[in-house]
Amino acid sequence: MTNEAAQRVAAAQATQPDLLTLDDIGVRLGGRQVLSDVTFSLRKGEFTGIIGPNGAGKTTLLRVILGLLEPSGGRVLIDGEPVDSKSKSAIGYVPQKLVIDPDMPLRARDVVGLGLDGHRLGFAFPSRQRRDRIEAALSDVGAARYADARVGELSGGEQQRVLIAHALISRPKLLLLDEPLANLDLKSEQEIVAVLGRLAREQQIAILLSAHDMNPLLGVMDRIVYVANGRVASGPTDEVVTSEGLTRLYGHRVDVVRVQNRVLVVAGE
Amino acid sequence: MHYLFEPGLFASGPVRTALLVGAIVAVTSGVIGVFTVIRGQSFAGHALADVATTGGSGAFLVGLNQFWGFLAAGIAAAALMEGIGVQRRRGRDVATGVVLGAALGAAALFLYLGTLQTSTTGASFTVLFGSIFVISPDTVPALIASGVIALVVVALLTRVLLLSSLSSDLARAKGVPVRIVGMVYLAALAVSVSLAAVAIGAVLSTALLIGPSATALRVTKSPGWAMAASALTGVAATWIGIVLAYDSFYWPPHGHGWPVSFFVVTLVLIGYLLTYVKRPRRLAPRSPHEGAECSPA
Repeated sequence: MTNEAAQRVAAAQATQPDLLTLDDIGVRLGGRQVLSDVTFSLRKGEFTGIIGPNGAGKTTLLRVILGLLEPSGGRVLIDGEPVDSKSKSAIGYVPQKLVIDPDMPLRARDVVGLGLDGHRLGFAFPSRQRRDRIEAALSDVGAARYADARVGELSGGEQQRVLIAHALISRPKLLLLDEPLANLDLKSEQEIVAVLGRLAREQQIAILLSAHDMNPLLGVMDRIVYVANGRVASGPTDEVVTSEGLTRLYGHRVDVVRVQNRVLVVAGE
Repeated sequence: MHYLFEPGLFASGPVRTALLVGAIVAVTSGVIGVFTVIRGQSFAGHALADVATTGGSGAFLVGLNQFWGFLAAGIAAAALMEGIGVQRRRGRDVATGVVLGAALGAAALFLYLGTLQTSTTGASFTVLFGSIFVISPDTVPALIASGVIALVVVALLTRVLLLSSLSSDLARAKGVPVRIVGMVYLAALAVSVSLAAVAIGAVLSTALLIGPSATALRVTKSPGWAMAASALTGVAATWIGIVLAYDSFYWPPHGHGWPVSFFVVTLVLIGYLLTYVKRPRRLAPRSPHEGAECSPA
């Protein structure tokens, strides 16, 4: 890239409005302040990881963005505007650890169809166009092969792909995923990360994904939102994940150790 | 010597009414039952049936048609269950158990008083085990209308119910009022249980609700086919049950027909067991290269 081109890209990014902004969000649950001073934003096509230990409030944060939980303070903005039902349709969502009964009479294609019009009344009117869109969404995540299988009978990784296709079919600008890598074997984990990385790059979908381990994401993650001790630190991974930064966030000594391109966060002495 | 389909079978008024009401009941129970099973609410179905018993026996005591008793008690119970539904699971189990026990106790009292009034056990039998051959023609329109209303409501909610069964958070994030949908569904379930209580009795009504849908869910894999198969299984069991019950007048003890409910429930069980004879279809064997279509770049 020439110097001039690099400058143009930087200028474009600077003027490009933020897709999602959390402005000074605080959350109280059951009289307890679980999150405070949460401020970060993300742009089109960016891959952001919400990382933190179990119980740190990652799911809570996603639920606030989805409008499932009312924050005690602060604002959530999409394209610079407060979230309303219209801008909410720009968010795709993959919830955490769904347990789907093998008896559930839903094929992979039915689940994806519900992503298109599952909130509407009546039956879905079958059409060529609807079928094509469902199949395109399944192909996008490499799940076309088991379109006609019952979701409850698919493996964890396969179900995760189907749920991503379900979220993707409404053409969201932002995809929220709650612990999509939990309980997956290493191979499925890598494949799901690769699928998501490709969606961010090729379809310019902003991805916000929560995980308790950042290592599977290091290759694709543009930014990190590190949640601990009721607060967050956000920015490029290398700037956020440092011993000083995380020590400040946790409020006690934490060491960040890098071993063979992997990052370990360990409690200090 | 006689034939299963006696010449007079379809000319008899009560039999025709039974076949008509039986079909409505079976279709309603079959379709609504599919959602009951996938939402894991068969216990709610049982609870509604128990409370409906109280309503049915109470209605009989005051001289009303028992369908109205089933319906009123069922809807009231549905509202109550929804009211306590969000509380702690364990507390809910215990509370439900105590309430259901009390409801059946009241039913026992009402039925006993009914026996004193009429000096027969007809009321008990009708409420508990059904009365499809003695449905008074003037309640038939109400039965049909209730069934059709419940079916239309559930048909309208099909996609929303499927989405919220998959994940209530997913549905809520899409703007579905999950709580209201659950309430409306529970009301439709109460209607369906009341109808089944008229046909095969309050005690057995859940058999028609759960049996055909459980059978259908084992042999179909998409929602539309599951509902169709469940409704058809229910209608088949009900109609064959009616024909056999009519025929059983010639069976020992001669001159006393066997209860329809017995045949319907037995046929439902046979249908369910048949799905175990052949192993349900499995997925095509998985290739060792599961992610072959996805190129991790």
